[in-house]
Amino acid sequence: MALSYLRSSSSRSVNLLKPLSSSLPLRRPISTDTTPITVETSVPFTSHQCDAPSRSVETNPKELLTFFRDMALMRRMEIAADSLYKAKLIRGFCHLYDGQEAVAVGMEAAVTKKDCIITAYRDHCTFIGRGGTLLEVFAELMGRQAGCSKGKGGSMHFYKKDSNFYGGHGIVGAQVPLGCGLAFAQKYSKDETVTFALYGDGAANQGQLFEALNISALWDLPAILVCENNHYGMGTAEWRAAKSPAYYKRGDYVPGLKVDGMDALAVKQACKFAKEHALKNGPIILEMDTYRYHGHSMSDPGSTYRTRDEISGVRQERDPIERIRKLILSHDLATEKELKDIEKEVRKEVDDTITQAKESPMPEPSELFTNVYAKGLGVESFGADRKEVRATLP
Amino acid sequence: MAAIFQGVGAAATLSSSPSNSFVPKKFLTSPRRSFCVPSSVVVRSDGSVNFDLNSKSRRAQQLVANATKADSSAASSSSNPGHELLLFEALREGLEEEMERDPCVCVMGEDVGHYGGSYKVTKDLAKKFGDLRVLDTPIAENSFTGMGIGAAMTGLRPVVEGMNMGFLLLAFNQISNNCGMLHYTSGGQFTIPIVIRGPGGVGRQLGAEHSQRLESYFQSIPGIQMVACSTPYNAKGLMKAAIRSENPVILFEHVLLYNLKERIPDEDYICNLEEAEMVRPGEHVTILTYSRMRYHVMQAAKTLVNKGYDPEVIDIRSLKPFDLYTIGNSVKKTHRVLIVEECMRTGGIGASLTAAITENFNDYLDAPIMCLSSQDVPTPYAGTLEEWTVVQPAQIVTAVEQLCQ
Repeated sequence: MALSYLRSSSSRSVNLLKPLSSSLPLRRPISTDTTPITVETSVPFTSHQCDAPSRSVETNPKELLTFFRDMALMRRMEIAADSLYKAKLIRGFCHLYDGQEAVAVGMEAAVTKKDCIITAYRDHCTFIGRGGTLLEVFAELMGRQAGCSKGKGGSMHFYKKDSNFYGGHGIVGAQVPLGCGLAFAQKYSKDETVTFALYGDGAANQGQLFEALNISALWDLPAILVCENNHYGMGTAEWRAAKSPAYYKRGDYVPGLKVDGMDALAVKQACKFAKEHALKNGPIILEMDTYRYHGHSMSDPGSTYRTRDEISGVRQERDPIERIRKLILSHDLATEKELKDIEKEVRKEVDDTITQAKESPMPEPSELFTNVYAKGLGVESFGADRKEVRATLP
Repeated sequence: MAAIFQGVGAAATLSSSPSNSFVPKKFLTSPRRSFCVPSSVVVRSDGSVNFDLNSKSRRAQQLVANATKADSSAASSSSNPGHELLLFEALREGLEEEMERDPCVCVMGEDVGHYGGSYKVTKDLAKKFGDLRVLDTPIAENSFTGMGIGAAMTGLRPVVEGMNMGFLLLAFNQISNNCGMLHYTSGGQFTIPIVIRGPGGVGRQLGAEHSQRLESYFQSIPGIQMVACSTPYNAKGLMKAAIRSENPVILFEHVLLYNLKERIPDEDYICNLEEAEMVRPGEHVTILTYSRMRYHVMQAAKTLVNKGYDPEVIDIRSLKPFDLYTIGNSVKKTHRVLIVEECMRTGGIGASLTAAITENFNDYLDAPIMCLSSQDVPTPYAGTLEEWTVVQPAQIVTAVEQLCQ
């Protein structure tokens, strides 16, 4: 099998000067290999009121390649969304997640689809991580019928009920009490599942967060509050907005953990630890130290409050995709070329989906009135005379 | 629906010297947290009033909220004697029955559990159903309303209590953005079967902040339903219907109506959430009202009948959406409309209702719609001033006479 692979690869690239190591029949079919590999995280965890988990993370080739592919897909999707916005096909608000992909994929690797995730408006990649399709994303961004919310939600309102993704919320901080409510429902139904309520460093100063944390700690709810600290609340740096930017310590009586959010494996370890903790001991705060390359949204250039050097510095040193790429190459799980092929494939997939999404029609005018109310106990908005119906609310 | 424009025919609602025979009853005016149940006066639905002789320094006074005979169609049927109870007990009964029927129903609020509820609506429920189903929350309206909505997204059916409706202003963001809109922005994926309830309205000298009428603030939120209960019968019925509904429902109770007594049927019944209640059929004028003002209207009706008028009184009950069917039929019959509400003049329920009726039934009206509402002032503490803030029966009589000229 390895030989046939060799033949096909050499037929694609007319490269007889390929290094000998890569042409040796040492390579196993990597896509389904699950032999464990142990990797050390880039930095140790810092903990507050709890014991930090170990730095050594168990992973396997399949998982690493899945990480790579998913993150490449997310990155490509966000960049494509950037172009679509500039082409005025996406309107309104568009908050891009590139740079922060490691949080989404790392979290997914540690939990099941029965655990709930709720986040704020920077939700495109989290939605993909939860099993959403690219077509649903692009169609929703362009306001088409094939979108996940039938075109009526937009960039900030992605939801996927069957895989317990609860959105997608525009108002900063309002999703955290909702997330604690989800945790309450999980405890009520005795599901043995947890809820991850994500918020940003800007939202960390909202009062309702501390209210919800207090109630969660009182009632022992399996709620995990994850602060995606990208160091800027729109245009305000964290040191200008928070007296104490140690967000993982802000819970006071609630334990916290600070994680390098650009390292997908560290995120995975932390989320696994948090899940075990939350099921036994109640809420815990995770602070993901991450970074976004784009501005806050498409209307923000992202360079008025930070230097371009800072952005490119982070891109060179801490980029999550590069880290996984180096890991894969150093453990010899794939070649450079294969990884580039994956990226090309991803790019093609994104382009094809955009074409498909552009063909999806706009919602029908009658959709204006659907889903305002759920049908039940005779909810219909009749006109003056019950024989004449002004609007049918299904 | 119709764009909201100023109510047509804004007649003078305040006469300069109201002749009031109603003296405000002194209440245990208490800070927010202690309950203020009027333990001394019980009003029966047949109009008689009992006084509790335990009240020490209370003068014998007449309670303003005098319930007249409830409509026969809604009250207990002659075949089944039913049982008598007070309005807060009716709410509790409805809540208890629904909690027994469906294990997903839970109650959240301040002091609803061990304390029994500041108005005793949830008394003994915590003992019966446990701490996980009747939850005492800290004083954090924004977050516990949000938690109720989050729980409702998964399929639980929480009943969130605001100790006073005015406190729910702190949760306005959650109610407006998440409660009302999630069904729409998720493309129908999530329903929010939550019930938000609490007492509101002008009480007995409770002060400006504790006498708010929130129906006017919530009425434009798309996606929610609002109902106001006024008798023990419809309180229980609406509570049960609200819990069973898949839509978020805000149930407005009134602080002064908790001690109304009425005989209600023993069997299981619910009241339709979108239907108005015909309190007194008539021919000359349609009076639309809800909540406590129903009783002022019925009191005025007695005077009007003596003067030879025949008013038709409708308790609209459903504040969002309006039951334009019942209202429309009445307007077609009488051709004159008077709206009596406790909401503020500006942007209140009366304003929206005036707009809706004018838009749909303009051809049937013989006179401009009159709307009597509370004054656009913060509710003062002084008893006499507080009376002048809300609509009194004498003003209603004057208004009808003016309308029927």
